[in-house]
Amino acid sequence: MRFRPLLLHGLQYAILMVLFLLFMFPFGLLLLNSFKTNGEIMESVTSWPTAFNLDNFRDSFIEMNYMRSFLNSAVITFCSVAIILILSAMTAYWFVRSKTRLNNALFLIIVASMIIPFQSIMIPLVSIYGNKLGWMIEAAKQTLIFFYIGFGTPLAVFIYHGFIKSIPIELEQAAIIDGCTSKQTFFKIVLPLLKSTSVTIAILHILWIWNDFLMPLIVLQNTGKRNYTLPLAIQVFRDFYSTDFAKFLPGLLMTILPVIMIYILSQRYIIQGVVQGAVK
Amino acid sequence: MNEKTRRGFWKNQLFFTGPTLLIFFMVMIVPFLYGIYLTFFEWDGISSSKPFVGLDNYAEVIRSGSFWGSMWLTIKYVAACVVLINGIGFLLACLVVSGIRFQSFFRASFFTPALIGGLVLGFLWQFLFNHFFVSIGKTYGIGLFSKTWLGDETLAFWALVVVTVWHYAGYMMVIFIAGLMNIPNEILEASKIDGAGKLKQLTGIILPLMVPSFIVTVFLSLQRSFMVYDVNYSLTAGGPYGSTVLVSMHVYEKAFRSYDYGVGQAEAFVLFFTVALITLLQVYFSKKKEVEA
Repeated sequence: MRFRPLLLHGLQYAILMVLFLLFMFPFGLLLLNSFKTNGEIMESVTSWPTAFNLDNFRDSFIEMNYMRSFLNSAVITFCSVAIILILSAMTAYWFVRSKTRLNNALFLIIVASMIIPFQSIMIPLVSIYGNKLGWMIEAAKQTLIFFYIGFGTPLAVFIYHGFIKSIPIELEQAAIIDGCTSKQTFFKIVLPLLKSTSVTIAILHILWIWNDFLMPLIVLQNTGKRNYTLPLAIQVFRDFYSTDFAKFLPGLLMTILPVIMIYILSQRYIIQGVVQGAVK
Repeated sequence: MNEKTRRGFWKNQLFFTGPTLLIFFMVMIVPFLYGIYLTFFEWDGISSSKPFVGLDNYAEVIRSGSFWGSMWLTIKYVAACVVLINGIGFLLACLVVSGIRFQSFFRASFFTPALIGGLVLGFLWQFLFNHFFVSIGKTYGIGLFSKTWLGDETLAFWALVVVTVWHYAGYMMVIFIAGLMNIPNEILEASKIDGAGKLKQLTGIILPLMVPSFIVTVFLSLQRSFMVYDVNYSLTAGGPYGSTVLVSMHVYEKAFRSYDYGVGQAEAFVLFFTVALITLLQVYFSKKKEVEA
């Protein structure tokens, strides 16, 4: 009788191993082929590289303007997420503590707006901020951050709202009796309590903004390569007829690498963030 | 309320909500309303003449064979993705959560694709479909892989599905794991004593209790696959011969390639209403299936 669980266990491991290989082989092949020359790649995708060729990486690094694109991605993601967090926390706090009819209605509009996809307002955004006001041309990156803030606040306000509701009001009442204004109460008492909620929101938004393609495409595309984020920069290697894989694959690898490195360092938080964000 | 505190109240109201609301209205609400206005005009986005055309743009969308072709293709794509993402995600969660060794390693691995943008994944899989699978197909004589999937209309569609499922299955797995951990052990033990087998436990206890998780994962996978643009762009670019243009790409092309803002915006709204309707129905009907543990 003790034989059966063992067998089941073995079967389970076997299925998991197969699935593991299915999920991981694209990364393995990417890594393997990044070090090969074009000739070697065309000859066989699965062969070992003859010499670990780092020239690919150098060429790719220069051609996609990696440092610049990486910094653009980092600055845009960081600024957007930081502003989203602080503004949404303030707004959510006020909505919870000051339940006027106006505020309830505003909160409802903000929550309902989460169903609006970017695609259904991208044309008006381009006509207003591109064609009419010219912001997209004069200050493309700032406009992109501005769009991300507008798009990111609804989810953030919603999640903060849910959490702030659960904070006992007695804490704040004590502070107010001691002479704190609403602003002081928020920044000194409430904000420090929002740390773990903020981590959740930050993770969801960083994943979205860092990887986003359509919005940067529309805002930054015509403003010159110096403004490109990583997903836009990687396109320089795209050529339908003869892609230069010896540069393309290292470029892809270098685009993925920062995310993977952060993931290895903070796996638990990221997975927790995704779960917390989904449950709420 | 005296004058002073009322003024104080509005000052605080402005301080706490002003900046957020200003940006939110400028980025979401004004463009949304302006979008409705745009659908009644014929406009190329540049010229100063913008003739009013009434409902002509909507009529054109309704008559447009290519738009409904894209829509139908997108619906098939969404259906395939939602079923497979949730099915495989749930299977992964069940396998990983059963207390075997290395489970956090497996969990972390399956989640990895979810960290990466659709654009990069699409490019990576384009390389795999065009070169790796073809070489495997030739070496081992597997007919299915002898030619690249991206050159065949039906197979290119399935290539999109494969990449999307690979992208999100791990993401949903993580949500399912959280749900599975919340099922009280006593219920499972009690059912075991009552003689329920593994299958009976799954259909009688686990699945009904997992409905809240499924509501979330189905909602997320519905929304994400309906709106997909990046994978479509990088993996197939709508090809071969325009056979895999999903609806997001159709809107994009209409507006920014054919410079037809009015019709593009009308298409965008039809898409918006379709997605809103489907997701609301999904949440409404699945909420009814929820049970208490």
